[in-house]
Amino acid sequence: MTMKVPTPLLHWMLGCLLCLLCGVATASGPLKKASFIPLWLPQAQFAGYYMAAEKGIYLKHGIDLTIIDGGPGRSPAEYLRDGRADFAAMWLTTALQRRDEGLPLVHVAQVVQQSSMLLVARKDSGIRTLADLDGRKVGLWGGDFDIPPRSVFDQHRLKVKPVQQSGTVNLFLRGGVAAASAMWYNEYHSILSAGMDEDELTVFPLRDHGANYPEDGLYALQETVARDPQLVDAFVRASLEGWEYAFAHPEETLDVMLRVIKEAHLPANRMHQRWMLTRMQALMRPTGGQDGVGELKRKDYQVVAQELRRRGLVREALDYEVFVKAGRALP
Amino acid sequence: MRFPRTIGARLILVVTLSTSVIFATMLGFNHLRSRTLIEKEVAASAHNLALASANRVEAALGSVARASENIARHLEKHGSSDREVEALLRRVLEDSPEIHGAGVAFEPGALPGPVRPAAPYLYRDGDRIKAVAPEVDLSYRYQDRYQIAHELGRADWSEPYYREGGADILMATYSVPFYSGIGEARRIRGVVTADISLDQLTQTISAIKVLETGYAFLLSRNGAVVTHPVSDYIMNESIFSLAEAADDSALREVGKRMLRGESGFVPYRGFGGAPARLYYGPIPAAGWSLAIVFPENELFAGIRELSVTVAAIGLVGILLIALVVVVIARSITRPLHSLAIAAGRMSGGDFDVALPAQTARDEVGDLSRAFAAMNRDLQVHIRDLVATTSAKERIEGELSIAHDIQMSILPKMLPPFPNREEFNLFAVIEPAKEVGGDFYDFFQLDENHLCLVIADVSGKGVPASLFMAVTKTLIKATARMGLSPADILCQVNEQIARDNDQSMFVTVFLGVLDLRSGDLAYTNAGHNPPLLMPCQGTPRYLPKSRQLVIGAMEDYPYRAELMRMAPGDRLFLYTDGVTEAMNLQDELYGEERLLSIGSGLQHAPLVDMVEATLANIKAFAGAAAQSDDITIMAIDYLGSRNQAKSPAKDATSPDPLQ
Repeated sequence: MTMKVPTPLLHWMLGCLLCLLCGVATASGPLKKASFIPLWLPQAQFAGYYMAAEKGIYLKHGIDLTIIDGGPGRSPAEYLRDGRADFAAMWLTTALQRRDEGLPLVHVAQVVQQSSMLLVARKDSGIRTLADLDGRKVGLWGGDFDIPPRSVFDQHRLKVKPVQQSGTVNLFLRGGVAAASAMWYNEYHSILSAGMDEDELTVFPLRDHGANYPEDGLYALQETVARDPQLVDAFVRASLEGWEYAFAHPEETLDVMLRVIKEAHLPANRMHQRWMLTRMQALMRPTGGQDGVGELKRKDYQVVAQELRRRGLVREALDYEVFVKAGRALP
Repeated sequence: MRFPRTIGARLILVVTLSTSVIFATMLGFNHLRSRTLIEKEVAASAHNLALASANRVEAALGSVARASENIARHLEKHGSSDREVEALLRRVLEDSPEIHGAGVAFEPGALPGPVRPAAPYLYRDGDRIKAVAPEVDLSYRYQDRYQIAHELGRADWSEPYYREGGADILMATYSVPFYSGIGEARRIRGVVTADISLDQLTQTISAIKVLETGYAFLLSRNGAVVTHPVSDYIMNESIFSLAEAADDSALREVGKRMLRGESGFVPYRGFGGAPARLYYGPIPAAGWSLAIVFPENELFAGIRELSVTVAAIGLVGILLIALVVVVIARSITRPLHSLAIAAGRMSGGDFDVALPAQTARDEVGDLSRAFAAMNRDLQVHIRDLVATTSAKERIEGELSIAHDIQMSILPKMLPPFPNREEFNLFAVIEPAKEVGGDFYDFFQLDENHLCLVIADVSGKGVPASLFMAVTKTLIKATARMGLSPADILCQVNEQIARDNDQSMFVTVFLGVLDLRSGDLAYTNAGHNPPLLMPCQGTPRYLPKSRQLVIGAMEDYPYRAELMRMAPGDRLFLYTDGVTEAMNLQDELYGEERLLSIGSGLQHAPLVDMVEATLANIKAFAGAAAQSDDITIMAIDYLGSRNQAKSPAKDATSPDPLQ
């Protein structure tokens, strides 16, 4: 049995459908392909980007985004350089160094507004003050993540024995190093989840010891920014929107992140990811409000640029305007 | 809840409740005590099970560890060309099926020739043994399986991890550093690694049978889950993250104890939060911890069953007790109920009631029998009472008649002699409730002589009243014979005393007044002295009688006294009912009081004076019951008509008293 629909009505319905499709297309333009590499393995540190992709927020902004798995041996700067990624997440320190080395990258958004890196020691190893680290083995990450702690040691004239730190804190837990590098949102919780209590630890937040450097920021090549500034703006907007969504829907976000993490055969622990997501919210909004989200403050920038230049890690301190794409994309 | 009103319901409530409480207490105590005992036993057997299981795990780990050690020692002594190393690893894998993969990672410069990455690794893929592609850089030195052994300079088990690039499974790795040279020249050359598959470990652990639904799991040195029936927990969770998720600080504390290599037996939440017991103990070879979960519902199934059975028996017992109480209560309350109905009907006068059986030999039977006896006695008593009451009523009626008769024989006409002007006479008698023996009398002996009598018979009641009637009649009859007062009383005494079996007596004052002259001859036989109230002067009592009462003794010689009343003099006669009237304080009215009232009313009219005196006596007695007749007789001598014209005494008139 066929259903007879009156012809005028059918025309009207088809017209509506067409208008709807056109409307979507005109709002976002044709979908643009783009790729993004976070600075580490999938985890809630990057929940905003994964949720923006998961919930179609990038699509809404006209981007067909591919998130490349980050991790050890995958340098976001190299991915940018080789054109394997259009956008990359990097620490400000790393980005400044790469730019100084000639990689023409531009800062497009600042996600983590302050330093969240810690040096953690066991109280029973006798370390109570920063000076106690002098001459002791300290776990430091490679891949430019050692710039802030080395700056701290430098400022306090400490000579530590650096030991390259792996992706875990097991060497520290077994007593192989006196102190370990730890991100507040990640390794610190891993240490707590290995049975260490907070009162058994001495914690030195780098923020409090002269290295409050903003961390995760979003970067693109100058060329990309020049060629398609709308794409850059759309990427930043969608990413920040993704973060808003993640903070507003933590349980859904955790479900998604655990799935992504398991797909990457990584230890997936809900409590750990919950801790991380909560800390990311604090780091993105140090004042708790919306103002300044995504923005790199000129003063913060200058502190980092001057410090890198002072330590000879860059040849010259680049002007803020040259390094930072004007914040049009920001809300 | 309202407390029940009937004895039966109260009994059932109290007995059932108290029995239930006692029973529940016993059951609870028994249950808890058994649990404690079972827990002790379970703890012991859990300990043994854990020891045995730990041995199995240690055996599995131990063979892997020994193989790695052997490779390390071999490398320290023998050549280490790429080919030799690979052959060695292959041989080890072939000989030790429990090893999933094995490798040797060299320090840069440990091998002859230029510095190059060297970390051959062989692993199982089904039945085949495969080698991974050669390393391209030295980053293997910063992996835990290399770095920890390197930095610490000793062999150890790694945390569980997922190995990519070849084996692609969850594993734990035993790493052994090996060296060249001795003493000062000793240099680390590399690290030997041998892996155990977590799948295989899981099989080993899941082979441990813990009751029906219990299970065991392994925790690493960091508390990370190495094996677990929930495979998703493996590597993802640690006992601390589980504690954090459950917000269970006690579990975190347990985790810390496990990490310290302690053992213990603690409460735990199993799958779905079901209560369980957790036994934990160390696996010293790896610094790991083995945990065994015993579901409580299985552990305590025996006691629960026993407790349920005991509870059921108890419940039946309590019901039986309640039933027995019902029966006993009814055996008590039913007769009580019919007794109550019977009592109600009896109070309405119906003694023909059915009483419950009085055969029971208990308190209820006693009560029933007593009730029946009471019923019978009550009927008898009531019959007697009816008879007694009618007899009493008859007697009271007769007494009343006797009283009326007694009163009727007293002269009533007052004023008695309206045609005589020589005197005024007035008398009252206020009888007590009971018939008494007072009387008064007055009569003319002749034209000029008036006889006055006032008397009081001893005792009360009918005998007294009869005695009074006899005495009055005797006195009147004797006085008619014209004798003097003394002779009259002598004769009367003669009559009365002669056959006086009852030993009754009577006090009498008898006077004869000569109306012409006012001479009063009188004899007082034991009676109260009359009060003389002269027209001029103060009232006074006549001298007290020294003569015996009438009826006391035969042939007693009574004497007469003589006095003269002047016109206007008043003589006040009375019985002891006046002076012995008592008030509520048991005080007597007395002669003094009478004298004083008499003085106050000396010149009042005769009737007023008598009635005022009577009123005064009654006022004095107040609410006190009148115990004796009160009799008063008073006379005013006014003088003869002749005398009134000429007060001089008419000496010629005969005097009957002479």
